[in-house]
Amino acid sequence: MSAINPALETFAQEVDELLTAMEIALLGLTGTPDDTESINSIFRAMHTIKGSSGLFGFDEVVAFTHEVETVLDQVRNGEREIDAELISVLLACKDHTAQIIQHTLSHQEKPLPEAWQQQGLALIAKLTGSLQPVADDHFEVNNISTHSRDNWLISLVFKKDALRNGMDPLSFIRYLQTLGDIVEVIVAMPPTPRLEEMNPEDCYLNFKIAFNSSADKKTIEDVFEFAEEDCVITILPPHSRQENYLQLLEDLPEDQFKRLGEILIEIGASTEKEVSRLLEEQRDSAEVKPIGEMLVAKNIVHQPVVEQALLKQEAVKQKINKDASYIRVDAEKLGYLINLVGELVISGAAMRLMVDKHGLSDVDDVASTMGELVQDIRDTALQLRMVQIGETFTRFQRVVHDVSKELGKQIQLQITGGEAELDKTVVEKINDPLTHLVRNSLDHGIETPEQRLQAGKPEKGTIQLNAYHDSGRIVIQISDDGRGLDPEKIVAKAITKGLIKPDQILSKTEIYNLIFEPGLSTKEEASNLSGRGVGMDVVKRNIELLRGSVSVDSELGQGTTVTIHLPLTLAIIDGFMVEAQKERYIIPLSMVEECVEMSNDEWQINEIQHYVNLRGQVLPYLRLGDFFHKNKQHTKTKRESLVVVRFGEAKAGFVVDELHGENQTVIKPLGKLFENLNGIGGATVLGSGDVALILDVQGLIQYAKKRISSTVTSSATV
Amino acid sequence: MTVKAKKNNETLQVIIQDDMTIYHALSLKETLLGYCQPGLQELQLDLSAVTEIDSAGLQLLLLLKAEAHQRGFILHLFRHSEAVIEVFELLKLGTYFGDPIVIPATWKKS
Repeated sequence: MSAINPALETFAQEVDELLTAMEIALLGLTGTPDDTESINSIFRAMHTIKGSSGLFGFDEVVAFTHEVETVLDQVRNGEREIDAELISVLLACKDHTAQIIQHTLSHQEKPLPEAWQQQGLALIAKLTGSLQPVADDHFEVNNISTHSRDNWLISLVFKKDALRNGMDPLSFIRYLQTLGDIVEVIVAMPPTPRLEEMNPEDCYLNFKIAFNSSADKKTIEDVFEFAEEDCVITILPPHSRQENYLQLLEDLPEDQFKRLGEILIEIGASTEKEVSRLLEEQRDSAEVKPIGEMLVAKNIVHQPVVEQALLKQEAVKQKINKDASYIRVDAEKLGYLINLVGELVISGAAMRLMVDKHGLSDVDDVASTMGELVQDIRDTALQLRMVQIGETFTRFQRVVHDVSKELGKQIQLQITGGEAELDKTVVEKINDPLTHLVRNSLDHGIETPEQRLQAGKPEKGTIQLNAYHDSGRIVIQISDDGRGLDPEKIVAKAITKGLIKPDQILSKTEIYNLIFEPGLSTKEEASNLSGRGVGMDVVKRNIELLRGSVSVDSELGQGTTVTIHLPLTLAIIDGFMVEAQKERYIIPLSMVEECVEMSNDEWQINEIQHYVNLRGQVLPYLRLGDFFHKNKQHTKTKRESLVVVRFGEAKAGFVVDELHGENQTVIKPLGKLFENLNGIGGATVLGSGDVALILDVQGLIQYAKKRISSTVTSSATV
Repeated sequence: MTVKAKKNNETLQVIIQDDMTIYHALSLKETLLGYCQPGLQELQLDLSAVTEIDSAGLQLLLLLKAEAHQRGFILHLFRHSEAVIEVFELLKLGTYFGDPIVIPATWKKS
């Protein structure tokens, strides 16, 4: 039938012409080895023959021409030089190609004579030999002759110790047989050792198996489960599966963005084991390759499937992006909405209370559902105010650029985590402290280029701005690789300023935190940027006003890192509810240190001077009931609790009648009239409709301390 | 002695008496290597007594074939035992070794 097939006839003619052209070009190259036109035409010849042979399923021709094409491609890209030797090999390759095509055309069904196969292999070895000498001793038994397109291709590369570990590769192949039909096996031993050099207990065997089975990839993979440690297994699905996978990809819902690996596992083109192994490899290797590329390179998944999956992924991403396009909204409207949501939360709680009070069991479900929805609405509404911190960070590029020029230093700014989100008002308020900290790093932290070189550091200093989320808070870090803080200098300065006593022993952290004390600057001369001793205490106060905290860590000569923790939003806080004289108060939970029972025996309460002895510390205390109800008669309850609060380094105790525990508090600003009230920072409405006051802990601690220092001579500093 | 040899001019005929498994791989290698002497024209291996062959044995056979090719003598396998035939069938190795395989009438595939 082959003789009368017109398509084959055309093929034969085309090959003839191409090979002739190739020969002429090759011979031409002997004189002018740099003739790119000739090289291109040789490459084209091999490329076209390979392509057309693939169309007719002449796999031997494809296999051989592919090798030649690869080498020619290297030549074309200038990775390999063409010399007389290579030209003669290529000429032999041309003859060989003609020979095998002739054979395939006349007796299609018969495999190639062995002599020719050997010849082909020898030619390939010569071609690739000079480039990769290892590939020289690679031998393969049974070159795939019936490379059917519908088989699984399983490659098993056993490790040296496989036999010693009790593996018998044959037994796995035997077991594989129970799942389907082994169509073809290639036994390979790269690199083939000489008999006398080999260790008979080492395993040199590699198998490539064409396997026909309806089992899925996972099942086939499981066959080799026990060999996993001694064998590198790759399983390439058959082409018919590929269509199946493409179809599955098509049908995949587009609602969620998934990683490439997840998509491929979902459609069954890859297995979890394969993906996690590659991810590990990706992590360990120095150069990061995309996982898709690795999957294809390792023959785990076909290129088209990966491409399709990537397209799908992109489509999903775009769809999500499109959904997430922006609308500009008046900030006031947004504020109003959030207020309303606050009200909704409160009235939701009120309804809950009523339902419970009247025992309306049939309303209970509805109320619960609504409660959940309200929670969601609250969270989403707060999200609306969230902005990325990246924009604030990038503004510092300019600052760093200008200042480093001014100071004659070389400094680069690295920004990471710019996509972390936090409340817009917080972002606005953090800007000043951040500027201060960055300027500090620029001015004091990073040394001049000469100093840096002397210290063995790169001439160019680096300042890093980093942000990330951590348990409902945002963490911002400003670090530099400058000279770091000198603990001794700080201690000396703190002693002269009277902040600490000379014999006081402080931990490293405590010493570093001294820089946040007012009036402490170790820089001898002031510059116009910073260093006049005002600053770090202001930074700390500003951050604490946002209910955040700041800490510093440093290594002398290595650099300094300032870490700021901030709440994500100012509108809702985690509160701690207490009760005194039938009034409820909210203390921001982050400021509560501990709660203890107010008992005279244990704490030696000094009722006149208002302090207790808390495990050896003098702790001023304040009776909230007395403070807010000066005129009321103080009714002594049976049992009082002492809530120890902390703001910065200052501590105080609040004496309350009852503890109600944690509470999600929606902050309501107080009206203009009450703005200057002492000790109250805001209010919130409870589910019962009652109002609870949010305590201004900072103010109250100061009040308690002032009162104690006016009566007691000894200072109550901690 | 695990292998019986019969020498006749440049042709060596050998009966492999033992199982070709990892347990005998070391000695088997030495013996097989011993036959690859210069001047050898043909090595005939009688596999009828091989009741068991595993991956270690198989790779020795494959390497011996490669060795024969390099040294230029002919490796001839004959009287394949059932175990050998089973492995050759499993891995489609019959054509690679190129020796006629006689399947006995009593052949039962286990």
